[in-house]
Amino acid sequence: MNEEIKLMKGNEAIAHAAIRCGCDGYFGYPITPQSEIMETLMEEQPWKTTGMVVLQAESEVAAVNMVYGGAGCGKRVMTSSSSPGMSLKMEGVSYIAGAELPCLLVNVMRGGPGLGTIQPSQADYFQAVKGGGHGDYKVITLAPASVQEMADFTKLGFELAFKYRNPAMILADGLIGQMMEKVILPPFTPRFTAEEISKISPWATYGKPASREPNVITSLELESKDMEARNLKFQAKYREIEEKEVLYEEMNCDDAEYILVAFGSSARVCQKAVETAREQGIKAGLIRPKTLWPFPTRLIESYANSAKVKGFMSVEMNAGQMVEDVQLAVNGKKKVAFFGRLGGIVPTPDEVVDAIKEKLF
Amino acid sequence: MKEEIIIAGFGGQGVLSMGKILAYSGLMQGQEVSWIPSYGPEQRGGTANVTVILSDDRISSPVLNSYDTAIILNQQSLDKFEKTVKPGGALIYDGYGIVTPPTRTDINIYRIDAMDKSVEKNMAKAFNMIVLGGFLKIRPIVKLENVIAGLKKSLPERHHKLIPMNEEAIKLGMDIIEKQN
Repeated sequence: MNEEIKLMKGNEAIAHAAIRCGCDGYFGYPITPQSEIMETLMEEQPWKTTGMVVLQAESEVAAVNMVYGGAGCGKRVMTSSSSPGMSLKMEGVSYIAGAELPCLLVNVMRGGPGLGTIQPSQADYFQAVKGGGHGDYKVITLAPASVQEMADFTKLGFELAFKYRNPAMILADGLIGQMMEKVILPPFTPRFTAEEISKISPWATYGKPASREPNVITSLELESKDMEARNLKFQAKYREIEEKEVLYEEMNCDDAEYILVAFGSSARVCQKAVETAREQGIKAGLIRPKTLWPFPTRLIESYANSAKVKGFMSVEMNAGQMVEDVQLAVNGKKKVAFFGRLGGIVPTPDEVVDAIKEKLF
Repeated sequence: MKEEIIIAGFGGQGVLSMGKILAYSGLMQGQEVSWIPSYGPEQRGGTANVTVILSDDRISSPVLNSYDTAIILNQQSLDKFEKTVKPGGALIYDGYGIVTPPTRTDINIYRIDAMDKSVEKNMAKAFNMIVLGGFLKIRPIVKLENVIAGLKKSLPERHHKLIPMNEEAIKLGMDIIEKQN
């Protein structure tokens, strides 16, 4: 047996992967169902091995601003929370995006609005992909559907964040966070050295040598003309990300007449629903976006143009959020239905199969 | 091979840890595994359940409508999960505190008086391992050696001295489980 295969919760996988990815600092505040991320980090005591800082801040607002500060210094930093805590962090996320800083955010979603419930939900899709904080900004949003992807996307999230100087977010939910599955953790990468930071992030405020002008990290620009130019630069970056970084998985779509679109836990339920539907002679398939922004618009559009496909159904643990992006991609060419459960309830595979028959036939 | 299992009972009975040991056993046997607790404000005295899937192939949904085997440790869980066992599947229950026993005739029903036995043998802490032994007798999906390896993996080192007692409990459970229909 391969020693590297481990059994752990999704939340634990994120913590272990962060240490192995050379993360410099984690700043957080506990909230169910993601508290195991900080608990695992505290247990592992990475400050004794890699030198990674793990700090329980006095609040979510403090934690995200510590991330802002660390990211400004060119460090690999992260924070995690669950829905209500993520709302608190949104001001900081907008500032980080406005200052063009890389960082990793993790939202292990629970049912809302308000304090809501501690059970799994996907109701923060809009918050993650349509802004969340103020201003025209985007966060690269990764949607893991397994414990393995919780680990993989921690690594990928840091890579993309640094590639584009932009915050990246893992948008998981309580089910993926609390579930134990097999996982192979990423190999150890050392933390950035001071020299590497000066090369990888020459814009960072890591200490000004006499040889250059000071680096300035800010999201403030009072001259409207300059602020517009800055916004246009952001938009050009976002178009490039939309062009290059879309990730998805297709299952049984080749001959499918009915295509489910689902992410995260819902996509796992839909995999079984597709199996069950096919046993009943219904040609169902599944598109699982791994990146929610950038969204696999072109892929869905290509299926909307296919004569075989009769309709799409977005399956979400919310009242219908991603379905709007599916509708934009399908653009009226085929029927787009929606099925969802709310408030912390995970749909069952049979409910999804029934919904296909009810809404698409 | 694919076995979809629900384990349900009171918090504090070792429901989640039984599931965890089963999942670790599957891991040691090279199977795909998933383990999902009913996490929440549950605590000792409340109800707790865990879904465990062991499979030779990739596991699709970790959330299920129905199960191959239900392992039931109290009346509330019996009332809730008896109907979720697939026809031809198995229901294992501990008789302690059960006033309305299961009645379905299209599933295999087994009774294991692990609670009484664990008190009698002064092994109350290994109660859940007695139940696990009963399960492994009727569904030998993982080898005993892999269960022991799984125990080693899931227990902290300081508890490894308890492994022989757990092994004894598993064997006891294998002896005392009884088919009811």
